[in-house]
Amino acid sequence: MSQTHRLTGGQIDSSRVLNFTFDGRAFQGHPGDTLASALMANGVRLMGRSFKYHRPRGVLSAGSEEPNALVELRGGARQEPNTRATVAELFEGLSARSQNRWPSLAFDAMAINDRFSNFLTAGFYYKTFMWPAAFWEKLYEPIIRRAAGLGSISLQDDPDGYDKGFLHCDLLIIGAGPAGLAAALTAGRAGAQVILADEDFAPGGRLNAETLTLGDATGAEWAAATLAELSGLPNVRLMTRTTVIGAFDHGIYGAVERVSDHLATPAAGQPRQILWRIYSRRALLCAGAIERPIAFENNDRPGVMLAGAMRAYANRWAATPAHKVAVFTNNDDGHKTAVDLLAKGVQVAAVIDTRKDAPRIADCELLAGAEVTDTRGRLGLKFVSVRLADGSERMLECGALGVSGGWNPNVHLTCHQRGRPVWNDQISAFVPGKDTPPGLTVAGAATGAFSTAAALSGGSKAAAAALCDIGIKARAIPMPRAEDAPVSLMPFWYVPGGKGRAWLDQQNDVTVKDVKLAHQENFRSVEHLKRYTTLGMATDQGKTSNMGGLAIMAELAGKTIPQVGTTIFRPPYTPVAMGALAGRAVGRDFHPTRLTPSHKWASEQGAVFVEVGNWLRAQWFPRPGETHWRQSVDREVLATRKSVGICDVTTLGKIDVQGTDAAEFLNKVYANGFAKLPVGKTRYGLMLREDGMAMDDGTTARLAEHHFVMTTTTANAVSVYRHLEFVRQCLWPDLDVQLISTTEAWAQYAVAGPNSRALLQKVVDPQFDISNEAFPFMACAEITVCGGLRARLFRISFSGELAFEIAVPTRYGDAMIRRLMQVGAAYDVVPYGTEALGVMRIEKGHAAGNELNGTTTALNLGMGRMVSKKKDSIGSVLSEREGLNAPDALMQVGLRPVDETQPITAGGHLMRRGDAANAANDQGYVTSVAYSPCLGHSIGLGFLKGGGDRQGEIMQLVSPVTGTNVEVEIVSPHFIDPEGERLRA
Amino acid sequence: MIINHPLLGPRDAQEFTYLGDAALIDRPDWQGEDAQSRFYEYLYLRDNPAGTHRELWFHEGGDRSWLVVTRNTVSHEILQVELARDVARAKGRSK
Repeated sequence: MSQTHRLTGGQIDSSRVLNFTFDGRAFQGHPGDTLASALMANGVRLMGRSFKYHRPRGVLSAGSEEPNALVELRGGARQEPNTRATVAELFEGLSARSQNRWPSLAFDAMAINDRFSNFLTAGFYYKTFMWPAAFWEKLYEPIIRRAAGLGSISLQDDPDGYDKGFLHCDLLIIGAGPAGLAAALTAGRAGAQVILADEDFAPGGRLNAETLTLGDATGAEWAAATLAELSGLPNVRLMTRTTVIGAFDHGIYGAVERVSDHLATPAAGQPRQILWRIYSRRALLCAGAIERPIAFENNDRPGVMLAGAMRAYANRWAATPAHKVAVFTNNDDGHKTAVDLLAKGVQVAAVIDTRKDAPRIADCELLAGAEVTDTRGRLGLKFVSVRLADGSERMLECGALGVSGGWNPNVHLTCHQRGRPVWNDQISAFVPGKDTPPGLTVAGAATGAFSTAAALSGGSKAAAAALCDIGIKARAIPMPRAEDAPVSLMPFWYVPGGKGRAWLDQQNDVTVKDVKLAHQENFRSVEHLKRYTTLGMATDQGKTSNMGGLAIMAELAGKTIPQVGTTIFRPPYTPVAMGALAGRAVGRDFHPTRLTPSHKWASEQGAVFVEVGNWLRAQWFPRPGETHWRQSVDREVLATRKSVGICDVTTLGKIDVQGTDAAEFLNKVYANGFAKLPVGKTRYGLMLREDGMAMDDGTTARLAEHHFVMTTTTANAVSVYRHLEFVRQCLWPDLDVQLISTTEAWAQYAVAGPNSRALLQKVVDPQFDISNEAFPFMACAEITVCGGLRARLFRISFSGELAFEIAVPTRYGDAMIRRLMQVGAAYDVVPYGTEALGVMRIEKGHAAGNELNGTTTALNLGMGRMVSKKKDSIGSVLSEREGLNAPDALMQVGLRPVDETQPITAGGHLMRRGDAANAANDQGYVTSVAYSPCLGHSIGLGFLKGGGDRQGEIMQLVSPVTGTNVEVEIVSPHFIDPEGERLRA
Repeated sequence: MIINHPLLGPRDAQEFTYLGDAALIDRPDWQGEDAQSRFYEYLYLRDNPAGTHRELWFHEGGDRSWLVVTRNTVSHEILQVELARDVARAKGRSK
């Protein structure tokens, strides 16, 4: 039989065998095992190497508080580092590897660190790698990172899916031990909506780990019967393998459900994990308690573990770390380990109790008033040295030592909203204070009530009270008779004396000496101690180690432990996989994708798309033979300017503004006036922020006396709408004006070029006259097209050409683009994308997002005179500030290279000729650049100090990033048709 | 957090966007004597209390109401939720 350390009984299915490997060696376990219990049953004590000193380490605990037994699970893309073997459920074919060792776990070259431990004490990094400063990034940090480490990741995409979910309940019960089960039974029978969450795959808590009787049943039997009743109640949701990780505002709890971590691969469509957001009216914390060790020299040897964990392995998993064990305790509870292991046929060398008056509980040797001073055994425990009450030394041979320093109530979640635990002298531990998160109460061992009877009755009473609080009739129900022993303990934190190291935080390799050194160096606040020594900063967050550190701090400072206080507990309770936090928001699903009405048609044309916010817009439309994007873009620009081109501009924000005060409202949000805009006309509007900076721009059309349609830039559609609602509701609440976003309701196309009118006349119904006389520049109208389809027509131009924008209801958008292209064939119509759109607007000198960059005013943009001083509008007062109106204020200018073969580069800065290229000589910067196929050279827009009257000046354009230094001439930003004859044609 | 919307009942804070101090409702008179300095104070000088704070939230993923939420910034307890329009009117704002 390979499972040399397997006992009888337990809650495993020994009729079935599960095969698994650890560091390549094949082992067998059973359903119900964790990786830790299965390794233990196979006689494996050594499970990992420590973080800093690479000390050999074994399992310390039997739960999620485990600091030592961190392993890498699975392989390939599913490789998963830093998993605690104590909570990894065994499955057939599981492959696990130890971490932080080379070349092997038994012989680790980096264990040399351990020999130099005198140099690697608290604050070692801060003291040693101070100088030269330049060495840190290139030399010190990479070496330290390589030497001190945890597991490695696969660097491949996670093949599994993760999900998020939302749940609501009257009462969330956190933890399904005796208190949680009693609470769930009480609330479930009362008919409340209950969620019972437990991190274990087998709920029951210590009922599964102890040899208890509840009435006539064992603890495990009672737990099973209770769970059976609960799963029959439709109002109770039982969530196993679910860790509540945080208590958030207003009764909201985060929980991670490990749906398929216990399977080799998730079933099709099944997520690996789910991050739940639980909205609770009340919550009850029944998280139990975590045992704390006692520090002594070389207490980190594989085989030294918590006493409660040792009997949990024996009782629940029928596994023992050794055939001969000993117990070291300062309390009665520790003796239970000896009793239980003896009952399972394991030899117990002795119970070593620090109390002189220790009671004899187990049928084995009792060493009262004694202390464990040291241990021996290279890769696992062989002997413990004991200092007896009379001062003499004695060696005990044993392969494992169960240590108990008492138990700490698991107060973590009670502190997530800055609550502070309070000290309880009876159990020498912190218990929840009164400042728990609103709606959260605590029951059972988490309150410090450690007996089973207290947990059962406390859970039931607390559940009834929580429900009564929210108006649900409930009363505590009778609970079976159970042990009700008082806690008997003498505080004892570490064994004094000796020259070796006594370990507090085994995951971060922090010793008693480190804490003393930190104190000596004046790191006396508990938060400083934590950061200087890294005590409690590892992935286990010091669940088993913090109290020891606090006790030593208190002793050195001559204070009590509550005076020293605790560090702050923060979510998450246990580490959470990034995948669970991301959920489905990965890859293309990271954000929604918005498609324009012409998307399908554009795809058919082979368009290249670009992401603009959530939108996909056609960037250009390559034709056969075009191998560079510039060829396509130049062609689209030239063809549009020569005849006609069409661009989908649906993505621009469209906001419908209606009401008898609509014009007055627009007067307030735009810097320029709108009240006198005639019906049937469109006007360019510049919107400022209250600080006078340009916020957005666009055109607004007056379709009727009390009906306007505003357009915004694509990027600002949402924020402008939000701003308009702020102005409407918060600043002028009695204006009769209504707003609605209609961006998605209309498909809109720009039709630009000398033949745009001729083209449109083929689709606009004949009763609508769109001749230059009847429908001049900036006209707008509601019309019909294609024989009765309602449409809106605007004569506006971004390209500088004779141009229109035509809008039809979105569902006709696809048909419209096809019809326009079809009738446009006679004019060699081209579709053009956002690149050609950009080239043409730069040629025309129109500002866009690059210029409206949040730091520019109307004056900078050359639109200073547009800001009306005769009316109240957002931003008008502060735009008059002196500093924004200095004579050398930046002004928008055009740039052309002196040598036309030279490109102008974006992001470059302007310097006077001959000036050194530095920040002090900075005269301005370039915002937009393009190659103008009409002019045959590169052009740019930028901002230049006092640029309004510097046309003709030759400057140097410098970009140290790209190594550019070219001469440019300052010119008008209107490169094409400065008089605007084309767009009025 | 959960915001108890005066019209829609309890809604998750994720449905809202946050603007800040509700003092932004008190926009000064543009024709006032010291309009420049009043606007400067209005825009740039804000209290940042640890405790009760009145702040503007926009129900962007909902009915597009601006709300004035009275919230304790330390405990996150929400003491009152009002329609910003009602608050503005009560302060004498109109057209």
